[in-house]
Amino acid sequence: MLNYDLVVVGGGPAGMAAALKARECGVKSIVVLERAETLGGILEQCIHTGFGLHYFKEELSGPEYAAKFIELLEETDIEVKTDTMVVEITKENVVKAVNNIDGFVNYKAKAIVLAMGCRERPRGALNIAGSRAAGIMTAGTAQKYVNLDGYMPGKKIVILGSGDIGLIMARRMVLEGAEVKMVCELMPYSSGLTRNILQCLDDFGIPLKLNCTVIDIHGKNRVEGVTIAKVDRNRRPIKGTEEYVECDTLMLSVGLIPENELSRAMGVDLDPITGGPVVKENRETTQKGVFACGNVLHVHDLVDFVTLESQTAGEGAAKYILGLEEEENTVATKGIDGVRYVVPQMINTNCGSDVKLYFRVGQVYNNAKVFVESNEKVILSRRKPKLTPGEMEDVVIKKEVLETLPVGSELVIRVEV
Amino acid sequence: MNRELTCIACPVGCPLVIELDENNKVVSVTGNQCKRGINYAETECTSPTRSLTTTAKVEGGIYPLVPMKSANPVPKGKMLECMKVINAVVMKAPVKIGDIVVKDILGTGVDIVATNICPEA
Amino acid sequence: MVYDVAVIGAGVVGSLIARELGRYNIKAVLLEKCGDVAMGTTKANSAIAHAGFDAKPGSLKAKMNLEGIKMMEYVCGELSVPYKDIGSLVVAFNEEEMGTLTELLERGRKNGVPGLEIVGQDRLREMEPNINLNAVGALYAPTAAIIGPYELAIAAVENAVTNGVEFIRNFEVKAVETQEDGTTVIRSADNVIQAKFVINSAGVFADDIAAMTGDGGYKIVSRKGEYFLLDQSVGGLVKHVVFQCPSKMGKGVLISPTVHGNILIGPNAVDIEDKEDCCTTAEGAVEILEKARRSIANLSTRDMITSFGGLRAHSVTEDFIIERSESNPNIIHLIGIESPGLTAAPAIAVYVRDMLLSFAGKFEENTAFDPIRPKPLRFHELSDEERRKAIERNKAYGRVICRCEGITEGEILDAIHAPAGARDVDAVKRRTRAGMGRCQGGFCGSKVVEILARELGVELNEVTKFGGDSKILFEKTK
Repeated sequence: MLNYDLVVVGGGPAGMAAALKARECGVKSIVVLERAETLGGILEQCIHTGFGLHYFKEELSGPEYAAKFIELLEETDIEVKTDTMVVEITKENVVKAVNNIDGFVNYKAKAIVLAMGCRERPRGALNIAGSRAAGIMTAGTAQKYVNLDGYMPGKKIVILGSGDIGLIMARRMVLEGAEVKMVCELMPYSSGLTRNILQCLDDFGIPLKLNCTVIDIHGKNRVEGVTIAKVDRNRRPIKGTEEYVECDTLMLSVGLIPENELSRAMGVDLDPITGGPVVKENRETTQKGVFACGNVLHVHDLVDFVTLESQTAGEGAAKYILGLEEEENTVATKGIDGVRYVVPQMINTNCGSDVKLYFRVGQVYNNAKVFVESNEKVILSRRKPKLTPGEMEDVVIKKEVLETLPVGSELVIRVEV
Repeated sequence: MNRELTCIACPVGCPLVIELDENNKVVSVTGNQCKRGINYAETECTSPTRSLTTTAKVEGGIYPLVPMKSANPVPKGKMLECMKVINAVVMKAPVKIGDIVVKDILGTGVDIVATNICPEA
Repeated sequence: MVYDVAVIGAGVVGSLIARELGRYNIKAVLLEKCGDVAMGTTKANSAIAHAGFDAKPGSLKAKMNLEGIKMMEYVCGELSVPYKDIGSLVVAFNEEEMGTLTELLERGRKNGVPGLEIVGQDRLREMEPNINLNAVGALYAPTAAIIGPYELAIAAVENAVTNGVEFIRNFEVKAVETQEDGTTVIRSADNVIQAKFVINSAGVFADDIAAMTGDGGYKIVSRKGEYFLLDQSVGGLVKHVVFQCPSKMGKGVLISPTVHGNILIGPNAVDIEDKEDCCTTAEGAVEILEKARRSIANLSTRDMITSFGGLRAHSVTEDFIIERSESNPNIIHLIGIESPGLTAAPAIAVYVRDMLLSFAGKFEENTAFDPIRPKPLRFHELSDEERRKAIERNKAYGRVICRCEGITEGEILDAIHAPAGARDVDAVKRRTRAGMGRCQGGFCGSKVVEILARELGVELNEVTKFGGDSKILFEKTK
């Protein structure tokens, strides 16, 4: 049994930021456990730019953004174990991890930061009918094959899902010589950044078909084509609109799911909408001393905000370890009327600082107003020219306002057009 | 004459309205939240450029590839040609972030630089 | 070289037959069309060892079912194949169906099925708390079990090869020629073997093979059944195999736990022409879900992690046909081994072996025959201390490749290097479960490809999903 003040599960941008912040706050022994061979998480394969505009005021590629934190980590004595998989976390905060050098190790932690990121929704979860031929893969898997292994996973591609990963891969595949026939999107709008529609699809003449989905996959050994169809308001395929599209690859970009296998097994409360743990403003979960940040908590759009959130978690873990927590007066947060979820789900009104609430809406709103209310009284309102499910929003509740909120009350965020 | 564009300089994607004169020169730009929007509007209407990111082959490294980006945007119409040039390059490990992979690609004045390390095998 | 016996088809039946042949000092070979064992019906079925009340009394199906279920536990034990005798319930939703249950009970008793009883509403609800409120009773068969069907075939072939049987994969039989001396020449596109005796256990293709031998009178109808698999988090939905009472509306669908803790729902039954079409359909999904909700009302597609289709070899004669060929009596045909084929498999293997011995003459016993196939290491089942020791023994057990199921590189290497080992991604998946979890291979898939490429000494883009032309990657980007 090894003893540490802080064990960080995951060495991507979330884990690295949390570890660095905890060290800055005075935590002594910290170890970061990372399952890949290097730190950096998913950023290592995100070779496109668009990272760091907020945090570094520079436009960086994924690996460059990660490298800045890797360098900072190397300057500390924070321990890093790569090629190491955490297989279990107990209710007593023992982190069980496996690698082929140290073997099977128990890390007893005063505090833990969960930073495992997320995974992609697979074909099986969508139940797309048809063949099980080779050539059906998620966009992230394709990205790994192209950017890290250096192989083309397909030459003639249909992409299902217009989230950013699908859009980025559309461009990537064209640049490497493939034909991307179309991007099909189930909803009437894309969940990706407008910027990506332009520079990944429009620039290359790749059509974006909204209200459209893949209903069948053909091919015995390798994909030979897919059948697409338009969908109605209930997202059901419309008979008669079926169209066969010849291709050798169906690439899926149909949603990211926070990777909470470990969290579920250890019994922390999970939010059914975000898929991640329920947390307080300091990112502490319902298990004392266990904090969560980054995509494992809720899927982010920009890594810059992952960094900020993870610093909050790192600081929260530090305060916990150093016994500096404030006395608790908890209010819950809630999203209604178009607001799908709010993170954090709970706030300690005595936390002594402003609290940023992150939220997402369930559909596109133009010229809307966001209201934050407590006991039906509006404490904050903001005009938002455009709200879309694909872009996470935030409002800041000032410390002075928090201190006035009655204990046990609810802070409600809603949208009005 | 007005042209409507979405700025792609950063992930915000401000909707721009660009006023052009008879010679297609930019008279005014509205809708931008920062200076980059103005720059983007001007180049997009005259000679559009795009940031190029890709990978290049590495010899003798622990990875077969290293990622790279154009240090500045390249002419939009030359992206695929740039890819051909980059795909013919073989870097020698070790590679550092910022190492120049292709200098002044296709005479555009833009360098292609490595964006990750690749240690020697 | 002339083999003594050639077995065509490495499904669960052919594999167990091959294992029986390993008991003798003969030259036996198992020929398989695809790149791996268990590629046909064996890898896509209900995974149930039936109690035996379903089969018609006096039929070969009934006889083989009852003998097979008796053998199943110890054969699975010898081969370290997952087996759980959870029992089955045929649920009735009205009085008429309760009447049918009584018929099934009588039929079962005639077939010799032990322990059958009809349970009422209260007892049913005790046994299955989630069963639909309008279920009125059920036929309980305590001897029914769930097993790992493709695991059984894989283990049987491993054991057969260990005991001296040869396994040739990628051998698609194209022609069968009886020689003057009674031996048989079997040809594929690029290979040829000769054997004194031949066993045709080619599943849905057995009638095609029989036609090649000159016996064109058999007819197999290829019947497709689709299934859903639900996440392990709802694995407690049912505790037994839950069938629906056959009614005017048809056979109904089953809801069953799997040996790995998932829930299996299905199948439907659609006769199809193309004997290689295992595609799932949108209509099939709707049909199965609708029917399944009769048993468990609040089944949700949200918990679904994958679906698949499988073909059954239905003989128009409705019963198993296991007999010597009319054109060449040194050949034994197995026609129409559909349900209860899996249950019957161990018994069929012995039946065919004995049939062969009755006319082939005496085969010398292989005194070195070892029926035990050692249990493959399953890292996620080990205790912490056992895991520590495993990694000390072999570092490769310290690298977890499949995060969802907790499968290590060591287990994948074991699967590749086992006798009749894995040569492609799906073969690794069937042996180790890497890729069968929630993310369906999203994380581990590319790693399995890398490991296969390294171990087989090929480029990444030569690794296939399931052999043949199922290529995953094209050329290098640069």
